[in-house]
Amino acid sequence: MKGQRFLGLGYLGPYIIGLLVFTAIPFFGSLYLSFTKYDLMSSPDWTGLANYERLFTRDRTFFKSLNVTLLYVLLTVPLKLAFALFIATVLNYRLQFIGLFRTAFYVPSILGGSIAIAVLWRYMFATEGLVNMALATIGLGPIDWFGDPTNALLTITLLRCWQFGSAMVIFLAALQSIDKSLYEAAAIDGAGKVRIFFFITLPLLTPVIFFNLIMQMVQAFQEFNGPYIITQGGPLKATYLLPLYIYEEAFKKFNMGYASAIAWVLFTIITVLTLIAFWSSKKWVYYAGDKRS
Amino acid sequence: MTDITTSNDLTMDETARAKRRAGLRLFSTAIRYALLFLVGFVMLYPLIWLVGASFKTNSEIFSGAGFLPQNPTLDGYIKGWQTSTPYTFGRFFWNSFLIILPKVIGTAISCTMAAYAFARFDFPLKKVLFGSVIAILLLPNVVTRIPQYILFRDLGWLDSFLPLWVPSALAGDAFFVFMLVQFLRSLPSDMEEAARVDGANSLQTLVYIVVPMLAPALISVCLFQFMWTMNDFLGPLIYLSSVDKYPVSLALKLSIDTTEAFEWNRILAMSVLAISPALIVFFAAQRYFIEGISSGGIKG
Repeated sequence: MKGQRFLGLGYLGPYIIGLLVFTAIPFFGSLYLSFTKYDLMSSPDWTGLANYERLFTRDRTFFKSLNVTLLYVLLTVPLKLAFALFIATVLNYRLQFIGLFRTAFYVPSILGGSIAIAVLWRYMFATEGLVNMALATIGLGPIDWFGDPTNALLTITLLRCWQFGSAMVIFLAALQSIDKSLYEAAAIDGAGKVRIFFFITLPLLTPVIFFNLIMQMVQAFQEFNGPYIITQGGPLKATYLLPLYIYEEAFKKFNMGYASAIAWVLFTIITVLTLIAFWSSKKWVYYAGDKRS
Repeated sequence: MTDITTSNDLTMDETARAKRRAGLRLFSTAIRYALLFLVGFVMLYPLIWLVGASFKTNSEIFSGAGFLPQNPTLDGYIKGWQTSTPYTFGRFFWNSFLIILPKVIGTAISCTMAAYAFARFDFPLKKVLFGSVIAILLLPNVVTRIPQYILFRDLGWLDSFLPLWVPSALAGDAFFVFMLVQFLRSLPSDMEEAARVDGANSLQTLVYIVVPMLAPALISVCLFQFMWTMNDFLGPLIYLSSVDKYPVSLALKLSIDTTEAFEWNRILAMSVLAISPALIVFFAAQRYFIEGISSGGIKG
């Protein structure tokens, strides 16, 4: 039985090696690099806070990029989650073909991250593309999707929202697991549909809303393929999200130290927002029976 | 007498209300269907259009929003397949396959081992280590990518598939570990105890009892890993530099950059081919995707 104690660790061996070599050491490595100047040719050169100083005082590209990233996340995450929840609510009803719809709505999530879809997006939102042709049939003039900074960001956001399927599947599963007797009890007490949704359904969904919110936020902050392929960060850096900036600094210009500093700023932002979400969750996330695990 | 009339009134009232409720339900159902069809159409039309447009001539692609090509042509497929490199897309699909297969196998084995350890054993630092799974799950890759690149460079692994294989083969995709742990915890362990009593060691128990029970979740893991790897772009972009090692995603980006600006149907045709493996696998095994995502999420 004594051997059992270490047997578990044995099975965990590969994971532990991976954790150390590919996560823990790189994690602190990039923190160290962020205080250095390193171009891969000579060894890293300690420069103290110089990278951060440049970042926060002189780097206008960084501020533009940070702005755009925050705007993108603020736009994409609520829009996507609200839409996913809305469609899940519509689907959660005695409908036939519910499986068929669920599958259809999930398809974009399967393909969404691929380069092929980013390519498709470029064609769809081109000046003479599918979207403008569809708009023309209802009498709306052609929109310059990629030339206008706001519109360009919107196309990237739409690509993400198009992939609402996985969030929707999670919402739908949660909706279907809600005890029907709760609805019946509320209906007998005379509560209307809207009241039932806001006072019963929504509170019971808060754990999955919380889960989806964190996952989508972490993901949105790391968006790369969309802006890289569709808009190349343009126009006027309007879609130049921080991951793009980090990629170019690190792997185009080989400013490994500076890129690490940007990565750490991005990481800090994500961490602070995640912590705020966790902290605030005590106030708004409802756990059935208050069973916290 | 009075009693009877009131109860009669009541039933009348009830039937009227029931009728109204049935009417409302019908109305609600109709609205729901209309909405779902509309959303479904808007969601899927771009994909349908993509398939149609890949058979169109270049001059037709931007001339109408319709799906059916007027003069169907395989030109896009034939010329697109050739690419402007010395290789055909066949080579790039083969590369994608070479990346995916070891990665999926490595993921399945290492994540099963990790999940087995977490769900069935007690050991020192278990809490901390399981905490690290959650931490990796939430840790943005962007923060570890640069040192990883430097590590792979020092190991001489750049421009090979090793940087794409090895982290996954060491259970680096915490999402899968988490998913399998959740699944395994929900399974009873009496079968395993029975096997133990019969003299099976822990490895035999894992292979003969646990893995078959885990099968549905493991299939989900393999399918997700297949899909994500097929779609992965940034990994190959950073680590692979020679064209003969490019997977489909990079090759597609390359053809956008190198194909002449008006040869749209080639790129669209290759886009269709690029998404087909994922689509085929998804439709063949959609049950596992939906279950995987809802079980992984709901218990989180």
